[in-house]
Amino acid sequence: MSLDLDAIDRAILNTYQGGFPICEHPYQVAAEQLGITETDLINRLQGMLDKKQLSRFGPMYHAERLGGGLSLCAMRIPETDFDRVNDQVNAFPEVAHNYARDHAFNMWFVLATETPDRIDTVLQEIEQTTGYRVYNMPKKQEFFIGLKFEV
Amino acid sequence: MNESEITTLDDLDRKIIVATQSGLPLVSEPYAVIAKEVESSTDEVIKRVKRMLESGIIRRIGAVPNHYTLGFKGNGMTVWDIPDNKVRQCGEMIGALDFVSHAYERPRHQPEWNYNLFAMVHGKDRTEVEKKVKLIADMLGDNNRGHEILYSSRILKKTGLRLASAK
Repeated sequence: MSLDLDAIDRAILNTYQGGFPICEHPYQVAAEQLGITETDLINRLQGMLDKKQLSRFGPMYHAERLGGGLSLCAMRIPETDFDRVNDQVNAFPEVAHNYARDHAFNMWFVLATETPDRIDTVLQEIEQTTGYRVYNMPKKQEFFIGLKFEV
Repeated sequence: MNESEITTLDDLDRKIIVATQSGLPLVSEPYAVIAKEVESSTDEVIKRVKRMLESGIIRRIGAVPNHYTLGFKGNGMTVWDIPDNKVRQCGEMIGALDFVSHAYERPRHQPEWNYNLFAMVHGKDRTEVEKKVKLIADMLGDNNRGHEILYSSRILKKTGLRLASAK
């Protein structure tokens, strides 16, 4: 695997997928831990963000605890109808991510609503608009959300 | 930590969430920048962020790696049909593997959809993902009544999470 990351970038990634200090000068504190300068740390993080090696840097929120609704939904759309349905589904602002997958269940999207009871309403609206069933698959139990990804 | 603590977010908390949901400012004093944006003090913002981390509103603070650009091109959503009374045990086993980033129990929709356990498996290519899935299947033994790997073929939409906006 050829990664455009040097030893310090790797150390940053492996050390700070969590536990980043919360204080007035957090980059300074973290940089000292890593044995580099604050400016170097900030520049490296910016570089990894620019190269999309990081999706983001900062607090990761627990969406369900913010009071909104969140669910994974799936649909089975015939290929000939896929583009039309895709446009209709994506037009809903509550559809956050949407992925095409190689399966009979070929459309998978995350629905995020401002209140939990809006999930069912939006889901029904999508069914009415598209003419296809939406399979609601909200999380029932969470076993792990990655933190240990080593590079 | 109890339910009421979890859900007690006031306007300032919400403003801080909105101000940081795309990331922590990459400047020497990021919390001072946020404080200015939400019209509060640096100390108050730091206090709020610490509190949200303790209560679990914030899962963690740090780098979120992009598996794909870091060379893990074979990301598969694996789905498993596990007896309901074994799903916790199996979920915890799968979740502990270092090539799995998320593991959830989700409802079945029988007869079309029999799978109740979802796990994102990461590998440098699909061959590696398939090897890892084989490993999981061996580990689960008879508790695995069927599984599939769903690869994503296209991203159709990707936006940030929507939050109730601060008043």
